[in-house]
Amino acid sequence: MSEHTQQPDSDQQPDLVQQPDRGRRDFLATAAGLATAAVAPGVVLHTAAVAAPRTTPVTDIKRWGMLIDTAKCADGCTACVDACDHENGLDLQETPEGIKPLKWDNQRATWIRKVKLRDNLTGRMTNLPLMCQHCENPPCVDVCPTGASFKRADGIVMVDRHTCIGCRYCMMACPYKARSFIHEQVVQKLTRAPRGKGCVESCNLCVHRLDNGESSTACADACQEVGHAAILFGDLNDPHGALREALRQVNSRQIRQDLELNTGVRYAGI
Amino acid sequence: MRRIVYREWRIESSRYWSLLAILAGVIAIGGLAALYMEHEGHWVTGMTNSVVWGAPHVFAVFLIVSASGALNVASIGTVFDKSFYKPLGRLSGLLAAALLVGGLLVLVLDLGRPDRLAVAMTTYNFSSIFAWNIFLYTGFVAIVIAYLWTMADRKGDPYKKPVGTFAFLWRLALTTGTGSIFGFLVGREAYDTAVLAPMFVVMSFAYGLAIYILVLMYSFAQDDRPIGALMLKRLKNLLGLFVAGVLYFTLIYHLTRLYGAQTQSIEHFLLVSGGIYTLVFWLGWMMIGSLLPLGIIYHPRHSKNPRAIALASALVIIGGLAAMYVIIIGSQAYPQEMFPGMSVVEFGAPGDIGGAVAPYWPSLPELLLGIGGVAVALLITTVGIRVLQFLPESLADRAVDPHVAAAESRQQ
Repeated sequence: MSEHTQQPDSDQQPDLVQQPDRGRRDFLATAAGLATAAVAPGVVLHTAAVAAPRTTPVTDIKRWGMLIDTAKCADGCTACVDACDHENGLDLQETPEGIKPLKWDNQRATWIRKVKLRDNLTGRMTNLPLMCQHCENPPCVDVCPTGASFKRADGIVMVDRHTCIGCRYCMMACPYKARSFIHEQVVQKLTRAPRGKGCVESCNLCVHRLDNGESSTACADACQEVGHAAILFGDLNDPHGALREALRQVNSRQIRQDLELNTGVRYAGI
Repeated sequence: MRRIVYREWRIESSRYWSLLAILAGVIAIGGLAALYMEHEGHWVTGMTNSVVWGAPHVFAVFLIVSASGALNVASIGTVFDKSFYKPLGRLSGLLAAALLVGGLLVLVLDLGRPDRLAVAMTTYNFSSIFAWNIFLYTGFVAIVIAYLWTMADRKGDPYKKPVGTFAFLWRLALTTGTGSIFGFLVGREAYDTAVLAPMFVVMSFAYGLAIYILVLMYSFAQDDRPIGALMLKRLKNLLGLFVAGVLYFTLIYHLTRLYGAQTQSIEHFLLVSGGIYTLVFWLGWMMIGSLLPLGIIYHPRHSKNPRAIALASALVIIGGLAAMYVIIIGSQAYPQEMFPGMSVVEFGAPGDIGGAVAPYWPSLPELLLGIGGVAVALLITTVGIRVLQFLPESLADRAVDPHVAAAESRQQ
């Protein structure tokens, strides 16, 4: 009996030595919770992506283009350039250590640039944004040996970064100096605008927006927001669309019209 | 004419291995330079978004163009039945293949993504002259190897003429293709002219022969094999003709551009106001590469001196590199004309060259890569002539000219 009283009742007082470690249990529970919290968004996003795959091919029903009214393009305004830089992660480019700033300016990727011109005879100044002109017959696509440089059915000219070998022949062929080579290691990039060392890239008319149902580009929006509205983006194929309507109203021309590339970007006032 | 006897290069082992070691060292440095540029990215080079093809392209295009020209010596013997040139055929084929491999290596290692060579070999866009050239280049190596076989093996003898003719036509297509890489670029003022293709063909004749003469003279001198005065005279006269041909095409090219109002400013840039490019054009391409060699080649006294002929050949090579520098880099540095009648005051970000001449200076890694390509070509040639019977035992007058041989036998 005394033996019995001396021994603790296993039912009422469980042996602490044989009990699971509460600390470990708590830790595992916390870890599981954290892991779920970390992975779940990815799973949800993945599920969402798989659930709604883009099954419809791009068609030539639309042809995206622009009309740029140089009379409205303000001197000193860089809203379109800044918006493009931000939208496509160009502002994330990091200056390689030890490079001279001027050299870096000539090497970093630029999709859209603000150009200022002076008429040699009259001295009249003109401002305009210059980007990939999205030619109907793009010389860059003609010369690309691997077909990495391509034109979509909706008129957007872009680069497949998986097949670009970095030969830069498209840059030699572009009459608009619109293409950039990624000269440096890329640390930060956006999912919507992937960027890799050794590949060529250029303005893609914010294709990620258009493919997600939006109908404007970052540069056109920014220009509108600052009140200039010099860039009108739209569908060149839509005879009743705003773009065609505007093109009917004003006298526009293509840069290097002599090359007969039928560019998607048109300019008024040059 | 006596039967031509070919022998391996029999210089001392120590000299041979020393030569190989030096070339291997240069190749290794070139390889390291390529690795550095690939690892860091092209920001370490002098290339920019304006000058996208730099010094490696100067070397690569020069080597590729020379490769096709080096085969010319064999073609003269086989296709045009000039028996005088027949002993020179094997070295001509070897040098052609070696120079092409050297040039292609430089081209590939200068790609932004050299690791994607497999993509370039498997994914084609046939509207691109570059894609055609991949076939023209690889086909050239295969055809030259077949051609060498017909020259070296008795069984191949009946095929020598058809294969040689095919190789000749192929090499013409190859150089036309290389010239067209530039000639098809409609958006740049200096290019966009069909005359570049035949100009590259004639350039290939000159540069390929100049390299051939130097390699022939060096390899023969090292092995104490004789080259007769007649052979040297023929070769230097041919070189003179080709250099004059390059001059003619250069004149036609510039006159055409000067005549059109649209291209007058690029001509003014290249010929008058282009700074380094104008200097390289007049001093490198015209003086060193054309007029000086022509002066030596047709000089009544110096033209008989083998050293002077070697010097003329070396000058033609320097001139060839200068010509490529002006054509490839000068034409890119000149701002693209997009707005006729207007001056570009600002062009994007500060420093981003648009209306002004783009700065470019070749960086050391670029030069080392290019020189590495030259070393590859020389290494292949050195090993080739050492292990196989590429070099004739003698190119003395009596060995190559039946009239001299007959005259000598009459005297005896």
